[in-house]
Amino acid sequence: MTATVFNKEEIYKSLEEVMDPEIPTLSVINMGMITGVEETVTGVRVKMIPTFMACPAIHVIKNSIQKKVESLGYENVEVFVDDSVIWNSDRITEQGNKLLKDFGLGTPKRHEGKFGMEEIAHSKCPHCNSENTTMNSIFGSTLCRSTHFCYDCKQAFERFKPV
Amino acid sequence: MEHIKNLILRMADDELIIGHRSSEWTGIGPILEEDIAFSSMAQDKIGHALANYTILNKEFKMPEPDRFAFFRSEKEMLNCQLAELPIGEYDFSLVRHFLFDHADFIRYEMLSDSSFTPLAQLSKKIKGELKYHVLHADTWLTRLGNATDESHARMQGSLNEIWNYALGIFEPSDYDAQLISDKVFEGENVLRQKWMEKISPIIEKANLKIPTTSQPVYGGRKGYHTEHLQPLLNEMNEVISSEAEGTEW
Repeated sequence: MTATVFNKEEIYKSLEEVMDPEIPTLSVINMGMITGVEETVTGVRVKMIPTFMACPAIHVIKNSIQKKVESLGYENVEVFVDDSVIWNSDRITEQGNKLLKDFGLGTPKRHEGKFGMEEIAHSKCPHCNSENTTMNSIFGSTLCRSTHFCYDCKQAFERFKPV
Repeated sequence: MEHIKNLILRMADDELIIGHRSSEWTGIGPILEEDIAFSSMAQDKIGHALANYTILNKEFKMPEPDRFAFFRSEKEMLNCQLAELPIGEYDFSLVRHFLFDHADFIRYEMLSDSSFTPLAQLSKKIKGELKYHVLHADTWLTRLGNATDESHARMQGSLNEIWNYALGIFEPSDYDAQLISDKVFEGENVLRQKWMEKISPIIEKANLKIPTTSQPVYGGRKGYHTEHLQPLLNEMNEVISSEAEGTEW
């Protein structure tokens, strides 16, 4: 088989279909996990970063990226964890934040590195958009979520933490 | 390079051991949220330990993380004794978490400027995650310190019991001078001072008192441990030891 000609845009486009297993409507692109796509001497290198250091899904995600790029016909696809970039919640795209909300999660505000207890504790309700909410716990069902309650629609909800 | 290896190993072993202790609350936390909180923190800590063991493996050709974490003897473990103490009752675990996580957070803050780049880069990431651990600890310390007579007495009792072990986090190291001169890390003394400045007002706000006499418990950083570590290590490697070497999962 002849190796496919390197086409960066095509690869990026295909990664929009690789989902985060913990939030299956969000792609690794929308999560801001991809830091680069490069041509190597023999194939392709995709550079990515995990959201949390202890993210248990990292191996699954790396595998899915590799399989997806291979499915385009590329050979020698290498998925490389990029130590030079640090993930933070500002890296989630605008579309990503909308998808998080559709998934039923509160979204982190953009913080540019500056946020305190107030920003951590307060989240808009993803169900009814009320600001009249309280935080129950800064931990939730996955490392990236905190748990909250909305006084207006009386629903418990989770929120993607600002990091 | 021994000085950098020793520093990273102390940090990784602390995180591995306290992470396993925290995981013992999974399923038995006093309320669901706290069960989840300690389980999440356990996951974070073991993730941080893995990241540190990975640096040791990549930069210094030390054994690959899984074997290294699970197949060392008690004498080779460099965690402080504070980390290995049994979880006790909930107040004990909370106070230990408060004292340890503030030190851990400040250590990573200091290391964000380290001349050893892999560690500096990792520290910038980890300190963002530890922010949540520290907030969790502060919330419960101030809440329970100020709640009922019983909760106050329990928190003060645990603080008294743990204090000398907490000071053992900062056990002087033979490598401190070199770490300081190479601008890798400002050293345990500076860390301890920053830690005292940080925790004192929070302890005061919790209406608790720092014990007036102190006698730091040292030894952990040189491989001397309490009778509690070996049984924990046995439990941690129970599964992996039951399989032949090279078993794929």
